[in-house]
Order: sequence, then structure tokens, then C-alpha cells
Amino acid sequence: MTLIGWLQIVVFFGLLLALTKPMGIFMHRVFEGEPTFLTPVMRPIEKLIYRLCGVREDDDMPWTRYTVAMLFFSIVTLLLTYAILRWQAYLPLNPMRLGSDKAPGWGTAMTPDLAFNTAASFTTNTNWQAYSGENTMSYFSQMVALASHNFFSAAAGIAIAIAFVRGLARKSATGVGNFWVDLTRATLYVLLPLCIVIALVYVQQGMPQNFHAYHTAQTVEGSAQIIPGGPVASQEAIKMLGTNGGGIFNANSSHPFENPTPLTNFIQMLTIFLIGGGIVYTFGIAVGNVRQGWAIFAAMSALFLLGVAVCYWQEAKGNPIINAVATGGNMEGKEARFGIASSTLFATITTDASCGAVNSMHDSYTPLGGLVPMANILTGEVIFGGVGAGLYGMLMYAILAVFIAGLMVGRTPEYLGKKVEAFEVKMAMLACLILVADVLGFTALSCVTHVPHPATYWNTVSGTPPSVNALASANTNNSGPHGFSEILYTFDSATGNNGSAFAGISVNTPYWNLTIGIAMLIGRFLMIIPLLAIAGSMAKKKRVPVSSGTFPTDNALFAGLLVGVVIIVGALSYFPAVALGPVVEHFLMLGGKTF
Amino acid sequence: MFNQLGTSIKITLVLLVIVSGIYPLAVWGVSQVLLPRQANGSLVKSSSGAIVGSTLIGQGFTKPEYFHPRPSAAGSGYDPTQSSGTNLGPTSDKLINGVHKKLANGKDDPNNFDGVKDLAAAYRTENGLSATARVPVDAVTRSASGLDPDISIENARVQAARVAKARNTDVSAITRLIDKTAHGRDLGFLGEPRVNVLSVNLALDQEYPLNKSLVKPGAK
Repeated sequence: MTLIGWLQIVVFFGLLLALTKPMGIFMHRVFEGEPTFLTPVMRPIEKLIYRLCGVREDDDMPWTRYTVAMLFFSIVTLLLTYAILRWQAYLPLNPMRLGSDKAPGWGTAMTPDLAFNTAASFTTNTNWQAYSGENTMSYFSQMVALASHNFFSAAAGIAIAIAFVRGLARKSATGVGNFWVDLTRATLYVLLPLCIVIALVYVQQGMPQNFHAYHTAQTVEGSAQIIPGGPVASQEAIKMLGTNGGGIFNANSSHPFENPTPLTNFIQMLTIFLIGGGIVYTFGIAVGNVRQGWAIFAAMSALFLLGVAVCYWQEAKGNPIINAVATGGNMEGKEARFGIASSTLFATITTDASCGAVNSMHDSYTPLGGLVPMANILTGEVIFGGVGAGLYGMLMYAILAVFIAGLMVGRTPEYLGKKVEAFEVKMAMLACLILVADVLGFTALSCVTHVPHPATYWNTVSGTPPSVNALASANTNNSGPHGFSEILYTFDSATGNNGSAFAGISVNTPYWNLTIGIAMLIGRFLMIIPLLAIAGSMAKKKRVPVSSGTFPTDNALFAGLLVGVVIIVGALSYFPAVALGPVVEHFLMLGGKTF
Repeated sequence: MFNQLGTSIKITLVLLVIVSGIYPLAVWGVSQVLLPRQANGSLVKSSSGAIVGSTLIGQGFTKPEYFHPRPSAAGSGYDPTQSSGTNLGPTSDKLINGVHKKLANGKDDPNNFDGVKDLAAAYRTENGLSATARVPVDAVTRSASGLDPDISIENARVQAARVAKARNTDVSAITRLIDKTAHGRDLGFLGEPRVNVLSVNLALDQEYPLNKSLVKPGAK
């Protein structure tokens, strides 16, 4: 660990803190329909969209209709992406003819299961990459089928969070807002303007933005090297801002074209947290007490700083087996320009949020260094979290926290002046348990599954010569406890809609594409529905006046309790699984054991 | 209920035009006009106009007169159609000790793999280090992308003596060249100081050509 390494972390957090309030105020104004500096430009476009699509701005939807709108929108965009991916050979902007029989030898086919997995992945804001962009996706697929979801799924996430906040803030109301209006405003006022500015900065730093065929270079020592192109900068900007994480290339944000300099790396990290942090302040304004927002922010910050400290410490300390021959910490799977501090900070941020972009390979982290990203996702990504998703996830924990506090003192719990009753607690627990069942269920299944006959279809690992694994777990890239960690991380990432990976595992086979695709859909939609039910039920309630018996939720005590609840729920659910993976591997590594 | 479906389809199409059409094309238009070098991949061309590579994408160097990049897991090494790290974990025997098998016909198995210990031994031999010397870690570990264009300054310094000998010049001249081509941290505190391997090797050929009568790479 170095002083300058810590300085990067401190400056990052300071800037985040400084941007939270202006961002929060801006978003509050946008979603309340108040004028902002963008109104003169965007308002005419916004009105045109409503007119073209037949949306009535004043149509206040109850939670059920809001949910239906969100689900229909997700289904439509999912099908559209599936169709584009399957037909990319017949669509424009495909100079390398990927997906057709004229594709170069290094091209990879877009099979139905891969297209389903990718469509589910982008619809759910997961952006899990079972594909390698540079040899599978045309520029058109990247731009229209994938980057569009980066906007849509992010805007939908923000919309749901705003609806949830309205549910908590409104009293005796039936509606939680209009999904189409929230979706449009999130896109036009929040995501798009920031993306334009950031994308141009990225190009200046070296990110490509072109549509030409791949170049073949003759290297200095005389071999041929194929250099890809693509609309990289425009996609990178929304990839981070929308906490999506699906990159143009297989190596994601470690690829020098996706993240050319430490400065772009810093901007990427900042934009991952920008909206997730700001929306917590928006929540504070909406409920009429910004301290409520800061209490949540403090809980998130504590968990974030704890994670980055452990991760940086472990990676800088490195792997004793490698330290015997080399100096400089664990640089396996890390880029020289980022080094250990910028890599571990990125790994922590991308898994706190549901981003899942990676600038280093988490699979090659030390056991406890790699446990940090894994555990961050296991919390349900409530540490700033995905745009919108982080806030509604954390508010679910807040409801559990006041419930637990209420049990301790024997009073009916209240949150933000509303009584928290059996229905809300049941729904919060339901959301919580669905995630646990999704992660652990699919992990267990994949550890023992013998792929049904014919295995040649269900689990053929591409590559030469093609090999067939009858056991799904044979697709792991590592043996011993690390192999188990790869499987656990896979379903952790899928359920949490994160998209990062212990990427050694070969997941582009029908068995894995389907199970992971289903896990992503469960993790997104079966969590959102109970939460919107809470929002609808809370909106209807009357406000009870604050009394001496009210447990205050805007102070350090509550923030501490919230951190405690997140850790206890996470540890109770996942400790046995984590002990079998990273924890046991840590001790084996210290003993010099290899597999 | 089903009017929501109609709205979904309409709004998807309208927003697609904006976020997948106007937005990337606007960024493309502006950057192609204002920043064409970066927007087209930071390509390096020889004086004849042939593409030698990209400053952002690492390429393989094995000759003693050039600085060597980090080992790479992208395809058979620095293959940008297969960007990837090893994804081997800390207790992987393959990562540490490598895989060295012979096929039935006595030839090396094409799936053989050099572990960290093999890479360290080779690096020590190449650069004349003692058999127990600890080497800069970036020289024996593979990067995340497999396309890392940079090496650490320590790694470049260790290689300077070998490069100087191959080019018949003294180490201090090569060290000066390293210092001249090295990048500091961005804004003074972000990332790590580093040497771009392609840039430093092109500078080497420029300033300390192997043989003055030889044609420099790409020169006519």
C-alpha cells in the first residue's frame, strides 16, 4: 500500500461527496417536473415524445399499473434485442460480417441461447458478457441492441426508485407517478446530457469512435495484428453512468480502448456512483428531511470504505507464493497503468453498484481481495448500488432495520412517519429471500448437475478441439475452492444484476446461458415487484405524528443499525457458502497449497 | 392494460432513435472532425503509411534489442480479437508452476503454459539476473486485457542493460531514453508511472538503430 494509493481513494470519496448534493437537487427538480437549465432544450423533445407515444403526463399510476408498464417495456426491449442479435448478419454496420458464414475464422457464432442470455442480461441491467464483443457483436448490435438497454434499463431503475420514494413520501395517495414520464425524463435530462460530455472527454483521452473495418497492422517485429474499431466512447459513457457494465470488448474496462488512461479510469469510477449517490439526496428532499438521505448515505459510505480498504490491503500484500519470486503485490490480471490502488478501488465500486464493468480480472485476485467484490454483490448491491436499484434495495433494508429496532423496544415500527406493518415486512423479507434462493439455489444446482443428454448440445465448450463437459461444474477454469468461488460468483453476479465475473468459467454453453439468464430475470423482476408493492401500500398510509416514542431514522445510530442489518442478513445467508470458497482458499494459499 | 403494450412499443422506437441513433452518431461526427487520431484508434503509421500498431494496444516483442512487454493471455499473445486475462486464481498450480507436457510424438503440447516461476526464470536469464533475484511483478504476470501497452518503470530499467548490449550503446543512454518516454501518474496522483513499450521501442529504433545501413521499420 502506498500513500499515493490511499490519496486516490480519498480524493475519489471527497469528489463523490461534493457531487452528491448538486446531483440530488437536480434530479429532484427533474422528476418533479420543475424547470432546470436543460428545460429550454429538452422540454420540446419531451413533449414531442409524449405526443408521439400517446402518454398523458398527468396520469398518476397506482403501483400495479406502474409495474405492468415497467414489465411490458422490459419485455418489448428484451425481444427487440434478441431479434437484432439473431439477425445481425443481415443488418448494417457489420464490416467484419460477424454472425454470418462469411465471418473471419476468429468470429464466434450468436447462438439462440447466447442471444437469450445477452438480451436478459442487458434488459435486467446486468450486462453479463457471455460473449466476447470483439469477435461476436457487430457495431449495429453494440449500438442498437446493447447500448440502448444501457439507457433503458438505467432509466427504468431510476424510475422505480423515484416511484418507491414517492410511495414513502406521499400520504393517503393512490398513485406513485407515471412510468413513461419518469422513464423519458431520466433519459433526456439525466443520462443523455452527461453522456455527451463524458463521451467526448473519453475520445480526447484515446477511446475510439468509428465504424470502420478492423485494421491489420504489421507489427515492429513483423507479425500481423488485427486492431478492432467500434463506437466505443459513446457506449462507455452510458455503460458507467447507467451502472450497466457491458463493454464493447471481452476484457471490458481493462481493455486499453475501453479505458485508455488512469484519468478515464477515474471518471469511469466517479460516474458509476454519481447517480446512485445523488438519488439518496433526492430521497432526502422528497421525504422532507435531507438528514434521512444523509443517514442512508453514511451507511453506504461506511460499507464502501470498509470494502475498498480490505481489498486494497489484500491485493497490495499479494500472493505469498508469487511474492517469493517477484516484488510489487498481486498484478496478475491487472493493468500496469492502473496498478493496484486504481484496480481495487474500481473493483469495489463496480460491485457496490450493480455496474459490473471490470478494469482488472477479479478471478485472479487473492482470496480475501476477491471476497470483497463477491460480498459487495451479496449485500444485494445496496452500497450506492445500481442507478435506482441501490436506493430501493437499501430502503428495503431500512424497513427491516426499523422492524428489528421495533422488536427490541416492543413498539410498532415506523419509517418516515408511516407505520411499518406485517404486509411491508413480509414483502421486504420476500424480496430478500428471493435473492438468497436465486444465488444459492443455482450455485448448488450447477455444482452437481450432470448435463442431460445429449451433452454435446447442452455443454459444448467452444474452442479447438471442441470439448464436451457432462458435468456443468467442469466448465470452471480453476480447481479446488477457487473453482467453487467461480460458480458462486457467477450466480451472485447474475442475481445481483451486477455482470462482473470470476471470468475464467466457460459460460457460453446452452446450460450456463439459460440458467444464468433465468437467474438474472429472477434477480431483477421478482425483487422489484414486492418492493413496488411496499411503495403502493406505504403511499396509501396516513402520516403519524412524531412522538417521544418514535425511533429517529436520520442519525448516526440508525446508520449504524442499518450497516449492522446489511451485514447480519448477508452473513446469515451466505457465510457457509463463502467459507467453502474464498475463506478456505485464503488459508490454503497461506500454506502454499496449489491445485 | 394492453394500451401499455402499445405505449411500450412506441416509446421504445422513439427513444431508440435518440439514444442509439442521434447520440452515438453525434459523438462520432464531432470526434471524427475534432479528434480524428484518437477516434480512429491512435494508430501508429510508418513513413510509408503502413499501420505498425496502435499506441494503446500492446504488441509482442521477443528480440533482445527491444523492450519486452508483459506476458499476454490474449489468444496466442497480444491478439486483439481475443482480449482476455488468464483468470487463474491465486492457488492455481497452472498459474504458479505452468503446464509442461509432451505429446505422444515427443513434441510439446500446444496447450503448454508458462507459470509465474517459468516466466521469472526466463526473465532472469534474459537480463542476466541471479537465479534467486526477485523480479518486478508486472514482468511475470499477465495483464487483465492481454493487451497491456505498458510496463512498469522498474521493469524497463531491469531490461535496459540487455537492450544497451544488443544495440552496442551504454546503459545510461538507454536509461535516459526510458526517462524521456515514461508517463508519470495522470494529474500527478492517478494510476501508476509507466513506459509504453511500442513508443519506447520506436524511439530506440530512431535514436539507436541497430545498424545504420539497415532499413528502419517502415522506412522506405
